[in-house]
Amino acid sequence: MASERNTNFIKIDGVSHTFQTATGNLPVLDDLSLSVPKNGFTAIVGPSGCGKSTVTRLIAGLLRPNIGGVWLKGEPVNSPRDIVGMAFQNPVLLEWRSILKNVMLPLEIVPNSLSSVAREQRALDLLKLVGLSGFEDKKPSELSGGMRQRASLCRALVHKPEILILDEPFGALDAFTREDLWQTMHQLREKEPFTGVLITHDLREAIFLADEVVVLSGRPATTQFKQEMMERGPRSIDQLYTPRAMETLNILREQIKIARQNEGTVS
Amino acid sequence: MRHAMAPVFAIVLFLAFWELTVWVNDWPNYKMASPSDLWPAFWRFKWLFLTYGWETLWRTVIGLIIAVMVGLVFGVLMGFSRVLRQGLYPLLVGFNAIPKATVVPIVALMFVGQHDLNTVLIAFMISFFPIAVSVSVGLSTLEPEYRDILRALGASRFTIFWKIALPKTLPEFFGALKVAVTLAFIGTNLMEIVSPHGRGLGALFDSGKTNSDYPLMFAVLIALAILGIALYYVIVVLEGIFAGWADRQGE
Repeated sequence: MASERNTNFIKIDGVSHTFQTATGNLPVLDDLSLSVPKNGFTAIVGPSGCGKSTVTRLIAGLLRPNIGGVWLKGEPVNSPRDIVGMAFQNPVLLEWRSILKNVMLPLEIVPNSLSSVAREQRALDLLKLVGLSGFEDKKPSELSGGMRQRASLCRALVHKPEILILDEPFGALDAFTREDLWQTMHQLREKEPFTGVLITHDLREAIFLADEVVVLSGRPATTQFKQEMMERGPRSIDQLYTPRAMETLNILREQIKIARQNEGTVS
Repeated sequence: MRHAMAPVFAIVLFLAFWELTVWVNDWPNYKMASPSDLWPAFWRFKWLFLTYGWETLWRTVIGLIIAVMVGLVFGVLMGFSRVLRQGLYPLLVGFNAIPKATVVPIVALMFVGQHDLNTVLIAFMISFFPIAVSVSVGLSTLEPEYRDILRALGASRFTIFWKIALPKTLPEFFGALKVAVTLAFIGTNLMEIVSPHGRGLGALFDSGKTNSDYPLMFAVLIALAILGIALYYVIVVLEGIFAGWADRQGE
């Protein structure tokens, strides 16, 4: 049973979901199944608007599927749980709080036995890890986009969540900043292992960060293709430019093409 | 220093222009009183200006405080519930569209003799609408990610409101409050002018009218402007304290 819990740390089984909109029903997920092992890292890619973000909301317990179920650590997800941390493309920092207070926000919500000094220390440690030492007292508006996203990552991790959900967190950043943040992600993961799900439309990002890449079909989305990565854990950016990485990229690109062609044909 | 001098300079220039215009056209003071006529009027009625100015001020402030409380309640209800928003909006817009000058005699009759209550009531009625609208718009346009970031941690609706929605709406709220404060002054004075045996600067204006004391009427207008400016800047100071983070000018 314990091993079952570890191989299926996150488990999505036979999930179908339809949104009711003003113009009618919009099926977004169709019999989607997915599982992520403990401390694994899965990247989900697919055509835009195919329901990737819906998957993150399901895992976070913000949304309950019409059909099928979601399990975390073997327990069904019925409502949000504080073992989850989230970061979005928009860093959604609170403009009226300092960076430090922003990072500490989850500790004000999640029940914990930390003293206020310990909470602050925890936030300071994380900020140091992502290279934001010295910016604790700044307001979010005084930071660059990349720095804001780093702070957002710290906030997602401050309460030591076992599961980290990233919904295109680096999508709005320039290429160099993005590569810096990819490295930061590996450092964070090495320091404090977590089980990760990354939604992205950047295939290079997916193969650089993930242990496994899942390609979703066009809407309504189902699991179309899975690709295990050869590497585990930290790797250097140079590895993105090896022939093997090129090969993987090509396979994934072909899969995305197929997904886009099939879009709308299934209903 | 330049900061402090700019408005003083503007006011002096304005008064000089006013004085000069009256002098050049040789207007009698029943047509247009000049600034030099105002000071004697102020001095002659200095105690009335002080006591009536206070009457006008406290009624306006009380009316405004009630407007803030009622406006917040409506704003929060409409900000969080689409049904309530759709249901209440036409009602509020209709209520706001009625010129308050027409409501004044109705209210004056309804609570006849209760001058304080009437005045506060009109000040409140005229000024709560912008507050309700701005708070409801601020809350209903909150990006869903902000809500999700706390909801995903299991935060209650109240926590989300208190930690995120409310502070995020404060800049809009203070913007509306600046509009509301001048509106509340208009409301107070409408009632003070219309009420027989009223008190407050509006009543002083009315007695200036019945006695054909034109400099006094102009002096009341200036006193109202001064009170308006003072109250406006009180709001600006409060805004700086509670929503100063939204000011990006220094960056």
